[in-house]
Amino acid sequence: MQNLDMGRYNRRRRVSSLLMIGSWFAAITGMAILGLILFTLFWRGVGGLNLAVFTESTPPPGAAGGLLNAIYGSVMMTVLGTALGTPLGILAGTWMAEYGRNSRLATVIRFINDILLSAPSIVIGLFVYEVMVVTMGHFSAWAGGCALALLVLPVVVRTTEDMLLLVPDGLREAASALGSPRWMVISRVCYRAAKAGMVTGVLLAVARVTGETAPLLFTALNNQFMSTDMNAPMANLPVVIFQFALSPYPEWQQLAWTAALLITVTVLVLNIVARALSSSRLKKD
Amino acid sequence: MNESAPPSVSTQRPHMQPRDPMANRAALTEKISVRDVRFYYGDFLALKGITMPIYDKKVTALIGPSGCGKSTLLRIFNRMYDLYPKQRAEGEILFENKNLLDPKQDLNLLRARVGMVFQKPTPFPMSIYDNIAFGIRLYERVPKSELDDRVETALKRGALWDEVKDKLNQSGLGLSGGQQQRLCIARSIAVRPDVLLLDEPTSALDPIATAKVEELIYQLKSDYTICIVTHNMQQAARVADFTAFMYLGELIEFGETSQVFTKPKQPKTEDYITGRFG
Repeated sequence: MQNLDMGRYNRRRRVSSLLMIGSWFAAITGMAILGLILFTLFWRGVGGLNLAVFTESTPPPGAAGGLLNAIYGSVMMTVLGTALGTPLGILAGTWMAEYGRNSRLATVIRFINDILLSAPSIVIGLFVYEVMVVTMGHFSAWAGGCALALLVLPVVVRTTEDMLLLVPDGLREAASALGSPRWMVISRVCYRAAKAGMVTGVLLAVARVTGETAPLLFTALNNQFMSTDMNAPMANLPVVIFQFALSPYPEWQQLAWTAALLITVTVLVLNIVARALSSSRLKKD
Repeated sequence: MNESAPPSVSTQRPHMQPRDPMANRAALTEKISVRDVRFYYGDFLALKGITMPIYDKKVTALIGPSGCGKSTLLRIFNRMYDLYPKQRAEGEILFENKNLLDPKQDLNLLRARVGMVFQKPTPFPMSIYDNIAFGIRLYERVPKSELDDRVETALKRGALWDEVKDKLNQSGLGLSGGQQQRLCIARSIAVRPDVLLLDEPTSALDPIATAKVEELIYQLKSDYTICIVTHNMQQAARVADFTAFMYLGELIEFGETSQVFTKPKQPKTEDYITGRFG
């Protein structure tokens, strides 16, 4: 501690506290905005929550009603999208991590998948509109589910590949050394080791898709009535919010707030479950 | 050895007695015959023509400084290198009169007969029971009661049964490092292989766990042909009947362990075991 340059030291301390204040400010701003959004949603949305929301369909202007048809439609199309996107995504991710790890094709697919991952959802909607709605001649829940599947797919591909790459090669060698064929090594050992992360990926994909409006606007459109026909237009929460929130009718506006609250709570719960799953995985390692 | 060692270490005493050199000469048969084997990592020649025997129901140790090719040689015996592109072996390795380097060799069947335990314990992310049952279920359809017996037998032979018999349904990841390694050995022998390859099995373990694994190796050799790679020369001297000293991809000396360690024929071997390099 000889010749300590107090000037430099003090300057460093000043810079340090400045930076600390700056990051505190940024963090609080972010949190405050999120808090404000959640607070407003609860404030405006909770008032409209009642049994009718879950038992009645969307009303004509000026009448009371619920969101049953939209909730049903959202669940059906999310399930369809997840059911189509997840297996495809897991298989593609498995190929990239296990079979084609160093191949050029895998690099190309990874690049394209990243583009798909960040593609604006309205583009996906337009694409499915062109491919399915125009060809079939009408809007349908099938098209809506397919559009959502295209959004689920890249997320699942990415997380599956990442999680499988985290599985140590030693585990693969150990399973192979017992004489297990490659597909058993992957399905019995690698999947099990990567399970929590892969499930997290699927949940996050579902959470992302739940609130998507643009792709559904072009594909499933909306339906004023309760419909279980997958081959016909189907109501769904995001499009209902879009339509009702912009309407001049107070009953519709109230339902839009309630629908927004429902979606937000769903996404929040999915995220919390995903977070809990991935942290339980970390603890085990 | 140290007289004040903890009691559990004393379990390794039996094989520390000076062995009868004639015992080794009784009816030696070659389980695996390595003939002029070369190995390439890409363009790099890692093994420069190795020829040596692995005797049936004996423990053979491969020693040598890091990078000498001992692990590489071990990983040829079960064609582990086949998992990676750009690695290839030339030459001949006879295992029951068939060349196991033959491209037509079925790798899964080979690996079921030539088991391997790795440097880092590799328990699968499943229960202790399922870890052992995994390999058995691969090739055999056994009823539940028999599977229970097989798992118990394997864990007993792996000297782990007493420690885990009450928690067979718990995850194998919850065991200590030494227990995990014995679990891996038990898992390998549950498949009933002929040969057991051990790649520095104790380098990640503490001295007591190491002693337990060494004791286990000593007991297993009545039924299995064992080949062990080790960095620890005392370990080779303790567990092995035969020792091969390798250096820079070449086999410098092969012989009975007592001869290699007390009367090495090659000056390089003597330099290495006396600690002059390596």
